[in-house]
Amino acid sequence: MILDGKCPSGPLSEKWDKRCRELKLVSPANKRRYKIIVVGAGLAGASAAATLGELGYNVEAFCCQDSPRRGHSIAAQGGINAAKNYPNDGDSIFRLFHDTVKGGDFRSREANVYRLAMLSNNIIDQCVAQGVPFARDYAGYLDNRSFGGAQVSRTFYARGQTGQQLLLGAYGALSRQIKAGSVRLHPRTEMLDLVLIDGEAKGITVRDLVTGKIESYSADAVCLCTGGYANVFNLSTNAMGSNVTATYRAYKKGAFFANPCFTQIHPTCIPVSGDHQSKLTLMSESLRNDGRVWVPKMKGDKRPAHEVPEAERDYFLERRYPGYGNLAPRDIASRAVKEVCDEGFGAGSSGRGVYLDFADALKRVGKEKIKERYGNLFEMYEKITGEDAFKQPMRIYPAPHYAMGGLWVDYDLQSNIPGLFVLGEANFSDHGANRLGASALMQGLADGYFIIPYTIADYLARTTPGKAGTDNPEFKKSREDVETFTKKLLSVKGRKTVNEFHRELGRIMWDNVGMTRSEEGLKRALKLVPELRAEFLENVKVPGSGADLNQELEKAGRVADFLEFAELMARDALLRNESCGGHFRAEYQMPDGEAKRDDENFCYVAAWEFSGIDNAPELHKEPLKFENIELAARSYK
Amino acid sequence: MNLTLFVWRQKGPAEKGRLEQFNAKDISPEMSFLEMLDTVNEGIIKDGKEPIAFDHDCREGICGMCSQVINGVPHGPQEKTTVCQLHMRNFKDGGSIYIEPWRARAFPVIKDLIVDRSALDRIIQAGGYISVHTGGVPDANAVLVSNDDADAAMDASECIGCGACVAACPNGSAMLFTASKVTHLAMLPQGQVEAARRVCVMTEAMTQEGFGNCSNHYECQAACPKGIRVQFIAKLNREFIRAQFKGARRESPQ
Repeated sequence: MILDGKCPSGPLSEKWDKRCRELKLVSPANKRRYKIIVVGAGLAGASAAATLGELGYNVEAFCCQDSPRRGHSIAAQGGINAAKNYPNDGDSIFRLFHDTVKGGDFRSREANVYRLAMLSNNIIDQCVAQGVPFARDYAGYLDNRSFGGAQVSRTFYARGQTGQQLLLGAYGALSRQIKAGSVRLHPRTEMLDLVLIDGEAKGITVRDLVTGKIESYSADAVCLCTGGYANVFNLSTNAMGSNVTATYRAYKKGAFFANPCFTQIHPTCIPVSGDHQSKLTLMSESLRNDGRVWVPKMKGDKRPAHEVPEAERDYFLERRYPGYGNLAPRDIASRAVKEVCDEGFGAGSSGRGVYLDFADALKRVGKEKIKERYGNLFEMYEKITGEDAFKQPMRIYPAPHYAMGGLWVDYDLQSNIPGLFVLGEANFSDHGANRLGASALMQGLADGYFIIPYTIADYLARTTPGKAGTDNPEFKKSREDVETFTKKLLSVKGRKTVNEFHRELGRIMWDNVGMTRSEEGLKRALKLVPELRAEFLENVKVPGSGADLNQELEKAGRVADFLEFAELMARDALLRNESCGGHFRAEYQMPDGEAKRDDENFCYVAAWEFSGIDNAPELHKEPLKFENIELAARSYK
Repeated sequence: MNLTLFVWRQKGPAEKGRLEQFNAKDISPEMSFLEMLDTVNEGIIKDGKEPIAFDHDCREGICGMCSQVINGVPHGPQEKTTVCQLHMRNFKDGGSIYIEPWRARAFPVIKDLIVDRSALDRIIQAGGYISVHTGGVPDANAVLVSNDDADAAMDASECIGCGACVAACPNGSAMLFTASKVTHLAMLPQGQVEAARRVCVMTEAMTQEGFGNCSNHYECQAACPKGIRVQFIAKLNREFIRAQFKGARRESPQ
């Protein structure tokens, strides 16, 4: 099937206005008759739930954590992009749009990205009004810094905790609606199934993580804002609880999963220190504003950094990408780091790391200024490694960080299942094959504050409120399915723990579906993953019962989904016989090692339809058209 | 490293809890404290028993989920550090470690080391925000904020809502938590309109949730992983008194 993103016709800059004019409205008196479920309480979820509640809808909001202030958006460090052009350095909505499409290696939808760039300015206004303490200059105006893949300074920031401050803004707005009674909050509750009535999304099945009770919630529409799936690699910068369960189970109910192989490996993370490692910690991309990346010119050089003279250092990003230098986009920087380490130039005892050196910046602007800009990041680095980055360079290595892929949505953020909307990282829409830094926060908030309130009304206006209650047989069936699966996990009583399986899956994925992929490796993964999955169902050990708080059971359910999803990811990567953005296939590269895109055959979104766990999923394509930007080879040189 | 752990085990809110002893063997000093607990838990699971339940998520010190009293100190011995950022190199080989949940009347234990901190959410719900609708706001640079004020607001709003201040306080007071939000918003021009009402409803909510009063022990500041300062409590008090002069309408939270 050829999918249609339903983008409005007409000039790029008028598309969203045009769509807004076409969209149906729900009158204030009628809004309270509609119920909307919002799953997830990160930036996308909290902003959507708050805004929909404020408009007068009845909102049921769900999150796994104990409080909606803890979604993993909170860990975003560096900043949020907007086309304000406050620094007068040549930025514009079109340039932000252009940079984002180019950064995504021409695998995103033009109309969506342009809308995102337009709304970016409203987001900054909104957040300032909420009291987000963005950095200011001495005259009291907002300050900006630069991020990867841009030649202008358009990133707004609140020290190294921009995600935290934006999320607290959205959490405040959400708290206000909870107090007002328009949003009912369900913390420590995990969505385990999507319920369809007559082919439309009308509710969810959840597990109360404290009592273990499996419960149904019905609504007129469902919004999934459940984040990304980078934990399929086990070790990633995501929170321990980040998972694919909500989106994957929606996929199993018929929602298309788009571009699952587009995952982002972030170049600047603290390297792995041992087998016990449970997660990887990101060091913000903003550090590359002042830090210079280098390795010794001599292979296997084990001298401490300060003993390597200037002439014997290779500033490989500056050398290879003089136009952008240390601020080359993430996919390109990550690959360059991996390459120099693979070739044996890596720093540190493991050789899996490169230096991020602040010595020049410290000389140029002084320690106080660097502390003001990145103080908390330096502290964080010291706590984990025991090293002081003011005295010696940081050691960094790439780590899985973000999922550009996600559930397929049209221009209205509605999936192919009517009534199912997908927001933020959980959808696939705006970042193509690679996301630029400081754009995830922008997308989450654009979706939640400014897009969904308009587009969901159009769907609701065409439906009768309260169409199905939880007494509908579909809900009962869904509850039974979830209960059966829970019982199954508990009854295996095997010998290996959930973590052991997750670690093994992570190794398979990192080795074969990680930064560099090949046909051989992907086929290996397609053989190993189903084997591991079969072993999981026969040999996993989940202690305790389903009748109370059981963290191993929660993890087991999530890893079970990762074990299925991993196969989809490998399949998608195998199909895409090209290199683009974060998806790098060893067979498809330029003579100089850069990614070789194939626009003739792969300029489309690959959207997969589930057709049973033992069958290959069906592929649907949404062709991508570029009418406003020339489809050109991406160069950062 | 080999360590002896004494961990608080409690099946549910109504059950009686007790300390249970575990041996943590072959612990690497490079491990984080939670990775050490992961390792111990793997062993417990293999023995066919229920692992120790504890809250954790981001494991990089920002989500505020982790919450353990280690050897009597919330978040353990290292200054300005959450449990998840604490590394085993801070402990002595062969030593004993006591691990307990946050203890405060307003934080009932759910299981083992997990407590219910929703009371903190309800303090925010009472009024810890600026009541702005989505859309229809002025340009971000229309209202200027001095660099110093923005910095002070940011210092206050770094609070991660973990509740260590409450656990450290002999009165189980949430004063530092509440003060950080009151200060954050009171430092900004956008927060001025509701400032008087905000401080009243938030302190009222704090009392209703069963948190104690502040009697200046300053244990909260010592325990805070984000270095939130007790000066903000003084700021809260000042805001509160000013609100009384202004005759702020007191609304009790529902």
